[in-house]
This record gives sequence, structure tokens and C-alpha cells, in this order.
Amino acid sequence: MLFYIFGGVAILASLLVIAQRNPIHSVLLLIASFGALSGLYVLLQAPFVAVIQIIVYAGAIMVLFLFVVMLLNAPHEETDYDERVHPLLQRGPMRFGALLAVALIVELWWTLTKGRELGAFSDAEVTSVAAIGRSLFRDYAFAFEVTSVLILAAMVGAVILARRESR
Amino acid sequence: MTPLLVAQIALTLLTFVALLSSAAAMVWVERRVAAMLQQRRGPTRVGWQGLLQPFADVIKLMFKEELRPRAADPILFALAPIISATAAFAAFAVVPFGASTTLFGLLDEPLRLQVADVNVAVLVIFAISSMSVYGIVLAGWSSNSKYSLLGGLRSSAQMISYELSYGTALASVLLVGNSLSLSGLVNLQSGTWLGFIPRWFVFVQPVGFLIFMTAGVAETNRAPFDFPEAEQELVAGYHTEYSSMSFAMFFLAEYINMVTVSAVATDLFLGGWHGPFLPESLGWIWFLAKVAALLFFYVWMRWTLPRYRYDQLMRFGWKVLLPLSVINLLVTAAGVLYFGL
Amino acid sequence: MVPVNHYLILSAILFSIGTAGVFLRRNVITILLSIEIMLNAVNLTFVAFGRALGAVDGQIIVFFVMTVAAAEAAVGLAIVIGLFRHRESLNPDSFTLLKW
Repeated sequence: MLFYIFGGVAILASLLVIAQRNPIHSVLLLIASFGALSGLYVLLQAPFVAVIQIIVYAGAIMVLFLFVVMLLNAPHEETDYDERVHPLLQRGPMRFGALLAVALIVELWWTLTKGRELGAFSDAEVTSVAAIGRSLFRDYAFAFEVTSVLILAAMVGAVILARRESR
Repeated sequence: MTPLLVAQIALTLLTFVALLSSAAAMVWVERRVAAMLQQRRGPTRVGWQGLLQPFADVIKLMFKEELRPRAADPILFALAPIISATAAFAAFAVVPFGASTTLFGLLDEPLRLQVADVNVAVLVIFAISSMSVYGIVLAGWSSNSKYSLLGGLRSSAQMISYELSYGTALASVLLVGNSLSLSGLVNLQSGTWLGFIPRWFVFVQPVGFLIFMTAGVAETNRAPFDFPEAEQELVAGYHTEYSSMSFAMFFLAEYINMVTVSAVATDLFLGGWHGPFLPESLGWIWFLAKVAALLFFYVWMRWTLPRYRYDQLMRFGWKVLLPLSVINLLVTAAGVLYFGL
Repeated sequence: MVPVNHYLILSAILFSIGTAGVFLRRNVITILLSIEIMLNAVNLTFVAFGRALGAVDGQIIVFFVMTVAAAEAAVGLAIVIGLFRHRESLNPDSFTLLKW
């Protein structure tokens, strides 16, 4: 039951994200979607991932998006001129695109339900943080260290790319 | 409707009312303590010793006109104080404030004095406090005023910068305590060493405690770190365009954030509800006493220390506090490994 | 208990919504947001399978995906800021000249 509520909220919020004109509303709706996904993770007995989703995605990455949107004073995109002229934004192509999206969903649905029924989840207990930590630092220790280098590279790259050309 | 469920619902409502009352009490405490530090009397006329002053303030705020600038985004303008207040209340939901009690034998199972017992409670508090950034940044943006925007951006940048040291100081305590559940961590702090030094984590992690309190003060935009808010004295802050109850919401959120940070610090470092002379079931009295001491400390700092300038504040957060908290974490990890703390 | 397939279908729907967003929107920030939707859909699949197979590896991979998504969002937004400074527009169609 809760699954349908969270799933419905996630889908509705994501649809509104791509349908909104104002980028700030898109960001806020995406935060709502992330909240719903976090609830789904809790239903999947993964509380650590749920909390990390809120801390990292909804709490940090979206703040970054919000800052950029506010600093750039992002205009809401397509001007009326664009809407009249742009070939992809006419009625015909948009309808075709929507049709293709629906076709994609139907195909995925068919594939996922025709295959071997994976059935219900087996009863597992809530994944403890200790188990995640053990696996992370033993089996995936190398990937963990590489990730830290990746974050460092991203930080340096972001600072340099966004630097004002002060010549 | 088992008695336990009824008791839990009653406890939730009681916690909510207690938080609201604590915010009201903080208004009075702040003004009286400020007066004491400044050698004057403070509000003493409204009710005995000025105790009705918070109610007078609330009634005044309720009767003010609710303004909204015409160019402000209506949804976001209304949403921002709601987000602030909700995040502030929600963060307190996982803080335990007393030992499990059976209410003098009325209940069959012990009732935990905690609205929600999650075994990743520490992370949940961290997660919800990081959501309170949105209230501020949306308030700054939706007011559609340059000063609000700058104040909002500065304030949220400050909050996310100090969240790092906050989290790392938390992580050092988790290393020592080996558990993410707040009630578990408090129960590890019962008992004493040598018969009179309580087993509080503050004695094991003194630097961690200082870092946590400093980052907590910066997180709640208080005391020496309230430049984006005190811009109100200079120009304006993120809540300049708000009036009446929306403004009250922001200040309610601020006071409750203070209470939450003090409560979490009490649970993590000061032993929660454990203390001498009282039986375990009355431990919440000790909890209240410790939280009250930390809140007094908050108010004392505000009216004693001069304010940090914004660039000094950011430099302090990134160049001093963060390396210090990382070094603290490393030393703690080494200590746990070699001395088996 | 909801069967595993329901989670997979939900994830597929979210992924398609994200893809539709990347193709249909003419605003680079919304495109980046749609990419985040896609990454989240994939995270949901990983966690669902991890739970179905009783392994903790699903959640470990989610940890890494989140980290990579954060790094990519940071660098992507820095690029967007640079582009905006140059062209004053967030429409990807306005960046058609190969010369900066």
C-alpha cells in the first residue's frame, strides 16, 4: 500500500519536473520525488540508503542546483519565438515524442512482466549499517578510494570551470 | 488501540507541545539573560517577572498584517516558512529524552521516550537538518528582493559549509560508540569511572564536543555566526519581507533548531538522561537540566561575543573547523583501534 | 509484500520519464535534472535486486552511483555557469557554433 503511495508521488513529481517551465519549481518537485524514493528504500529494508539519499541527493546536490538556478537567474526557457520556430517543439513532433515515450513504457512493462516472475521478496532483516560498512571497506575498498579521488577531481574541475576570467 | 499505542500518540503530542513551550520559554530566557548580561532589568512587567512576555509577543505577531510583495512567487513565499518549521520539528522526532518507562506499571511493554525509534537515528537528524537549508534559500529567493536573496544565499552557504564539520564531529562519536542509534549511544554513557566521573563521551571526545557545538551554533545561524541574519541590523536578511505569522514561523524554527542541537549534544556527549541521585525513570529531569544548561550557553554566547564577518565566518568553517574535525576523526579512529575504547 | 517486478516497472517508468525530459526540454538545467531522475531510477533497481537476492552489494553500488552523480552534477553545473556567462542563454540550441 505504501509502495503505491510513494511510487505514485515519485512518478507524479518526475512528470511535473519535466513539464514545469520554471526551473526552480522543477528542482523543488525533484526534491519531492527524491523524498518518495527515500520512502521506497525504507520499504526495501535499506534505511541507510534512504537516509543517504536525503543527505546527498536532496540535501546537497539539489541545493547546488538551486544555487546555480538562482545565481544565473535562469530565465524560464523557451521564449515564444523559440516555440514558433523550433522544429522539435511543434505539435506534430511533440505528439510523436509522447507516443514514443508511451511505446517505451509499454515495451518495458511487457519485458518485465513476461520474464521469469521473480516473485515476492524473501524475508530479510533490515540491512545494518555495519554490514554495508564491512562490505564497503573489504570487498570494495579500492573502488571506495578511487571514489574519493573522483570527488577531488570533480571539486577541482568545478572550481576551475566556474572561475571568472579575471584577465 | 493497545495502551502502548495510546501512550505513544500521547507522547508525540506531548513532545510537540513541549517544543512549542520551549520556544516560548526561550524568548523569555533570551531577553532576561541578555538584560542580566547588559546589567539592566529586561521585561518584568508583563505577568510575574515578565513570564507572559512571550505570549504578548505572539499575540502582537498574530495581529500584524500578513504582507506579500506583489512580485513574490506566491507558492514559494508561502512554502518557505513551512519548510523551516517542519524540518525543525521533525528533527526532534528521533531524539530520545528519557529511559524506557512503563509509566508506573500501566503499560505491558516499556515505552521509549522517543517519538520514533530508528536505528539510524543520528543520520536521520543530520538528514533533516540539511533540509532546513531549503526554507532559508527559498525565503531569500521568493521575496524577490536583492537583500533577501543575498542574505538567503549567504545563510544557506554558511549552513552547508558547517554541516561538514557537524557531520564529522558526529562521526567521531559514532566511532567511539559503535552504534547509530541515539538511545544506544546514551545507554553506553551510564555508570561512572572511579566512582565519580560519569562516563560521558565529552570526556572521551572533548575536541569533538567543541567542534559539534561550534558547528551547531553556525548551523542554527546564531550567536557569533549570525551575520546573514544580523544583516537585518545593517540592511535586511532572508526574512525581511515576511511579517506576522510567517515571521513567527522562522523564529520558531530557529529556536527549535537550537533546542534540537542542544538535545542531540546532550544525548551524544553529556550522557543524555543519566545522572546521580535520581532513579532512571526520572532521568528526563536530568535531560532537561542539561539541555537548559546548553541553551543558556547559547544565549550567553550571543550576547557576549562580537559577530563574525561573513568572509571570516566562511574561512573559519572551511580552513579551521573542517581540518580540525577531520584530525579529530583520525585521532579517534587510531585511539579506538589501538586502545580498544 | 509487493513483488519485485513492481519495483522494476516503477523504475522503468521513472527512467523513461527522465529520458523524455532529456530529449524534450530545451533548458540545460532541466536536462541535468532529468539525468538525475534517470540515475535515481537505476538506484531503485539496484536496491530492489539487492534485496531480492539478499546481497548487500546492491546498496554498495547505489553508494557509488550517488557519489558519481554528485560529482557529475557539480561539474555539469560548473560547465553550465561557464556557458551562461558566454552566451547569456540556457537553451542548448544556442550553442551551435564550434568556435567559442
